[in-house]
Amino acid sequence: MSEHLLEIKNLIIQYRTEYEVVKAVNDLSFTLNRSETIGLVGETGAGKTTTALGIMRLIPDPPGEIISGGIFFEGENLLLKSEREMRKIRGGKISMVFQDPMTSLNPVLRVGEQIIEVIRLHSKISRVKSTEAAIKLLELVGIPSDRFNEYPHQFSGGMKQRVVIAIAIACNPMLLIADEPTTALDVTIQFQVLELINKLRKEINTAMILITHDLGIVAEMCDKVAIMYTGEIVEYGPIREIFHNAKHPYTIGLFNSLPDLDTDLERLNEISGTMPDPTNLPLGCKFQPRCLQRKSECNVMIPKMIEILPEHSVKCFLYDNA
Amino acid sequence: MDILLEIKNLKKYFKTSSGLLRAVDNISFIVERGETLGIVGESGCGKSTLGRVLLHLLESTDGKFYFEGKDITVVNNEELKYLRKNMQMIFQDPYSSLDPRMTVDEIIGEPLKIHKVYKNKEEYKTRLQQLMDSVGLTKRIERSYPHELDGGRRQRVGICRALALQPKFIVCDEPVSALDVSIQAQMLNLLQDLQRDFRLTYIFITHNLSVVKHISNNVCVMYLGIIVEKSNTKELFNKQYHPYTQALLSAVPRPKLIIKRERIILKGELSSPINLGPGCRFAPRCIYVKDICLKEQPPLKEVTINHYSACHFSNDFI
Repeated sequence: MSEHLLEIKNLIIQYRTEYEVVKAVNDLSFTLNRSETIGLVGETGAGKTTTALGIMRLIPDPPGEIISGGIFFEGENLLLKSEREMRKIRGGKISMVFQDPMTSLNPVLRVGEQIIEVIRLHSKISRVKSTEAAIKLLELVGIPSDRFNEYPHQFSGGMKQRVVIAIAIACNPMLLIADEPTTALDVTIQFQVLELINKLRKEINTAMILITHDLGIVAEMCDKVAIMYTGEIVEYGPIREIFHNAKHPYTIGLFNSLPDLDTDLERLNEISGTMPDPTNLPLGCKFQPRCLQRKSECNVMIPKMIEILPEHSVKCFLYDNA
Repeated sequence: MDILLEIKNLKKYFKTSSGLLRAVDNISFIVERGETLGIVGESGCGKSTLGRVLLHLLESTDGKFYFEGKDITVVNNEELKYLRKNMQMIFQDPYSSLDPRMTVDEIIGEPLKIHKVYKNKEEYKTRLQQLMDSVGLTKRIERSYPHELDGGRRQRVGICRALALQPKFIVCDEPVSALDVSIQAQMLNLLQDLQRDFRLTYIFITHNLSVVKHISNNVCVMYLGIIVEKSNTKELFNKQYHPYTQALLSAVPRPKLIIKRERIILKGELSSPINLGPGCRFAPRCIYVKDICLKEQPPLKEVTINHYSACHFSNDFI
């Protein structure tokens, strides 16, 4: 077990309200090795962020609840850790970059102070030393040190995200979870930030879970990809396999529905219909109502994850020969 | 050529406490009937302001615009009402652009009522039904409120409302940016179908280059209030004569593994649009910057046939 940095096994997360149960993450499993990057790809409501929050044990409870499963980090189940132990891990061994840099920084604390805070929480060093470290971090992410005493509102979106990244890597985490880190940014700034993440990741040799809906970003950043739909991974494999040998009708549909800079299409190949309501999921395969290759068993039984090639798995009856 | 809309030297300045903000500065273009003009640029480049000025939602500071050959730069209320019937807008955010206290049929029916385009209740109902059918909304959701619908359906309601008065011209301001990819494809297909069926003319404002390439006939690239490059879509995506367009295109992450390409990382960010200096607006971030770029603003000039670029050194990129 210790060969994997992170192993998620049959994770189920639900949000329960008085009237309904939102099935956000359904029987999700994947593994991540040291210094590897996995992309979690899917549309709104696919359960990407809930998975990330689950790993950090940050699911708001109530209404959220981790029903079952295990999250093994360096062989230890995070679900069995006490809140005090979790606080040590968060920001230390596992850290997170959130989507919206406008809301993830504290507006009334100077940015330098926010970096010092995380350093001092996780290691016993003097204020002077931690200030030095914080200034180094700022410069590392490309912010001149004379902005150390400024407040978040004095920074642009891209600069704020750089500060968030500086905070995230302050304690040399073993795992970085980046939840749509560049979605709120312009393309030229997005490019700068992605390059920065790539550079830093190599320097501190950290593994990463990159949550995104943009397959272009995945192509640039990831080693492995998990395609998510309604809280499940429907296809999982090394990036080459997913990009050149996609099998699941949803993965194929997702690639085909993208307008492309390199080819001319008269009309896009849309996936008809919409994602099902997570409080009222269809029977059988969750993608079946929108699937063009639906078979008779699809709305009766839930397909199993089938390994069609080493490390390439797909959850679809088209490939279930048993 | 059947020109529907012509814009000449359009300017929109805002006075701010720290100086003059030139949000739209000296922009000219023409749009032919039934075509789509894509306006692409990053946040703060003035593309949304431009869209609003076109629809008289904001008053222009200077410049002229003509709709079907008529000068509509200054209009009185009555003329404006006529114009609004012919020029509509689809907004970016389907969550905030619909009144949360109105049902779907009220939202779509409101323009019909304001302009009294029906004779009796029967006719109103038929028209409403036709409209909802044309954008793929089922009758079942007629009495639903916006919060009961998902993002895709909500944007369909927004599109349906824009179509209600059979306009000739629609400004689409980032209509698919808030939507998921599979829904985005549905929406782009719908907009194209509607364009073909009703001979609509679009101005399509977006930051997404793949989307603009897919949907537009012609493209203008904006940077800090000015057009830095414009041409027809095929030509522009094939060859770029402005360093900003080159960098923008190279920054787009592509969902392909094979393409290894030279990429240009732009330094810095968009400079403040307030109190701009005399030189080229892109000069502070440009990798080819020379002395002249800091002194003189390059005019938008034709580099090759129907391909315009505002760079002193456009010819070097031919």
